[in-house]
Amino acid sequence: MEQLCTFYLDSYFLAVDALRVQEVLRQQPLTQVPLAPPAIKGLMNLRGQIVPVVDLRHRFGFAPLPPGKKSFNVLLRGQDGLVSFLVDRVADVIEVPSEDFEPIPETLQGEGRRLLRGAFKLEKRLLLVLDAVRAMDASEL
Amino acid sequence: MDGMQEIVAEFLVESREGLDQLDRDLVALEETPDDKELLARIFRCAHTVKGTSGFLGFTKLEALTHAGESLLSRMRDGEIRLDDAKTTALLAMVDAIRAMLDEVEVGATDGDKDYSELTETLRQMAAGEAVQIKRSEPVAPAAPPAPVHIAPEPAVEEPIAVDAHAPAQHESHTANETVRVDVGLIDHLMDFAGELVLTRNQIMQMPSTRADALSSAAAQRLNLITIALQEGIMRMRMQPVDSVFSKFPRIVRDLARGCRKLVRVELEGKNTELDKTLIEAIKDPLTHLIRNAVDHGIEPPDVRQARGKPAEGRILVRAFHQGGQVNIEMSDDGAGIPLDKVKAKALARNLVTPEQVAGLTEPELTSLIFLPGFSTADQVTNVSGRGVGMDVVKTNVEAIGGTVEVETQLGKGTTFRLRIPLTLAIVPALLVASGSDRFAVPQVNLLELVRVEEGRNEQLIEYVHGAPVYRLRGKLLQLIFFDEQIGRPSSVSRTSFYIVVLQASGRQFGLVVENVTGQQEIVVKPLPKQVKDIGIFAGATILGDGRVALILDTLGLAQRGHVVSEIRERAALPKLSDLVLAAQERCTYLLFRGPDDGRMAIPLASVARLEIIRTDQLEPSGEHEAIQYRDDIMPVVPVERVVIERRSRPRSDAPEASNNEANVIVFGRPGAYMGLVVADILDIVEGPVTLQHAGTRPGVAGTLILQSRIAEILDLDYVLSAVLGEEQARSLLKSA
Repeated sequence: MEQLCTFYLDSYFLAVDALRVQEVLRQQPLTQVPLAPPAIKGLMNLRGQIVPVVDLRHRFGFAPLPPGKKSFNVLLRGQDGLVSFLVDRVADVIEVPSEDFEPIPETLQGEGRRLLRGAFKLEKRLLLVLDAVRAMDASEL
Repeated sequence: MDGMQEIVAEFLVESREGLDQLDRDLVALEETPDDKELLARIFRCAHTVKGTSGFLGFTKLEALTHAGESLLSRMRDGEIRLDDAKTTALLAMVDAIRAMLDEVEVGATDGDKDYSELTETLRQMAAGEAVQIKRSEPVAPAAPPAPVHIAPEPAVEEPIAVDAHAPAQHESHTANETVRVDVGLIDHLMDFAGELVLTRNQIMQMPSTRADALSSAAAQRLNLITIALQEGIMRMRMQPVDSVFSKFPRIVRDLARGCRKLVRVELEGKNTELDKTLIEAIKDPLTHLIRNAVDHGIEPPDVRQARGKPAEGRILVRAFHQGGQVNIEMSDDGAGIPLDKVKAKALARNLVTPEQVAGLTEPELTSLIFLPGFSTADQVTNVSGRGVGMDVVKTNVEAIGGTVEVETQLGKGTTFRLRIPLTLAIVPALLVASGSDRFAVPQVNLLELVRVEEGRNEQLIEYVHGAPVYRLRGKLLQLIFFDEQIGRPSSVSRTSFYIVVLQASGRQFGLVVENVTGQQEIVVKPLPKQVKDIGIFAGATILGDGRVALILDTLGLAQRGHVVSEIRERAALPKLSDLVLAAQERCTYLLFRGPDDGRMAIPLASVARLEIIRTDQLEPSGEHEAIQYRDDIMPVVPVERVVIERRSRPRSDAPEASNNEANVIVFGRPGAYMGLVVADILDIVEGPVTLQHAGTRPGVAGTLILQSRIAEILDLDYVLSAVLGEEQARSLLKSA
């Protein structure tokens, strides 16, 4: 079984390994970084630690959320420290059998495809597994 | 049993410290073999190790140190002189002691390795000249002028058991003054202090209406205590770079011997202090660089002599603070890095494509050596040339937020420059605002703050050849608009703004910002990797309200704003020391068109103003023409008049013929102005301070290469004297 932390991003139902998730927060005040890659929404202060915030919508090529709509921060432990992903809404932590894991369906195209590791076919819908390492990789931004 | 372990642990720490000192002293002793004080210190150290190891029952260690001590004792007494073989043997002893101490640490014994041969060598050396070792003592009291405080003299005469007590007593005296503290504990305290500073900032920012008199007094006290605490902890963490540098003479000596080269190391700025963690972090990169310098840089003596250099190579390691950063430079006067070889190697190893190489400039080619898997050594030696190294140096330095630069000249030498930024530190900073964002400017880079308001200052911003400048007390200051640099529409009002005068690489420039919101102690935190390479931010910090603020990197800003050139122009490198100097002493020049269309320049600092005058307003006045200028009469002279033209070719006398206007460079000060008419103002550029060649005609002080072309430097002294008369010129130059 695999424990996954799931969330919504535009039309996608996404997941990351729950063990890598440190915490989930409502939208936090951000400090923009001029000249930074556009997917870097800014820096946030997490109890004295400075954490980069990656706009997943931008990474996947989705339009920004309408103004006034708040996003959520999913904080993941990465190789170079914590990274926060901005997502539309956080859902449940679920358990799925590892053997249900499948490669990404051919129908999925575009930039998003590179950021996904695979998918789980759930009863009602498809759960896409985010390649968190690639999504936060500085050299890919 | 615990007590015993403690003693052993203490013995290990003390001995290791002693050995580090021993290494340095032995190499130093080689230079001055008759230095009695050095000898005494070396002897004492060996003696202490011998005594304690005997007491603790490490017999092999004891036998070895005893043999060494005997040799040292006779040298101290002036009976034996140090020579090369003896130094080598003694250094071997130091290494052997180190190895045995490592064994003691893990296994509580001095190990299975056999050092009897070395012990025997030392013994023979000690016995070498005199027949008996033991009986030589009576000479001792006569020979040394007793520079020793804690009588090491009886050492050799007395039984070992007694020796063991002597050093123990000696230690107990000094132990009262210093305490050994675990580094981890200091790091922890540092973190707490950082948090305390943030909390303090939050409290200080509370609206004053809410704070009654009592709590504001408490807040004030909290503030003072925080400052004191933080300073104390900071100081606790500082160490002189000497702790790294001092290892270099020994490393170089051993390596040079191994490669059959003659190398001298010179260390400068040993007392430059650096945060302990940074010292640790630069230790390996620096060691690697110095090994490289000996192995690859310095040529063998015969080659050097054939090339007309002294047989002995020279490596200069230099540390200094500059603009809130620690700079470490390592220069050698060796063979330099052959760029064609670099190119070939990089291609052979598929690190770059031929197309890429074709487009590279020299500095870019040089920096190929930092690519992983690169090595130019033809032969793999046991020192270097295994293809690991330079990339590791770069990675290590960059890991602490620093940079490495390399500058090389074939046949002349190579200089590596490490720039270690301020990290992990609490620094005072100025907070500036752009829109709703605040940025921190470390105060070490800050020279002054100018508020510019229309009406109050006579002139706001002027433009010289498109570059914005501000006249600050009669000197032209280049400006950078912060909003523009960070790619935002300007938020600065044209009529009121601040100029933050900063210093980078010895150059001053003004940063134009919308507002200044205050100053604060900030805890510098490294930037996350995703935003590390932007170049104009040195780090980030958390402000009192909990928001993150970016810390500006002054040098990065200056480079981005083209105030200092990113890749330094290559000047001729006559001497190693000049090479180091040249990198630092640079100034800004105003470049203009001189007579015969040549390029002329003058230090920007000597220029008061640049004006455009109407030539029909010129009136004859004595020898020269003059114009009314700022309620004053300013003599105005065309540059052709003071600098003699080389070619006599017919040309219209006045360069300003076409539209009745002329460019005038104004020198001097109110009451004593002088104007120089030039055909064209070309540019403002950076260049070395020292002139490269002397002038060849009157009015020219010398020549310089600016922007890879020759420019003549105007002899201001001469020009002012010619126009204003010597007396006034002298008073002007003096006041400048």
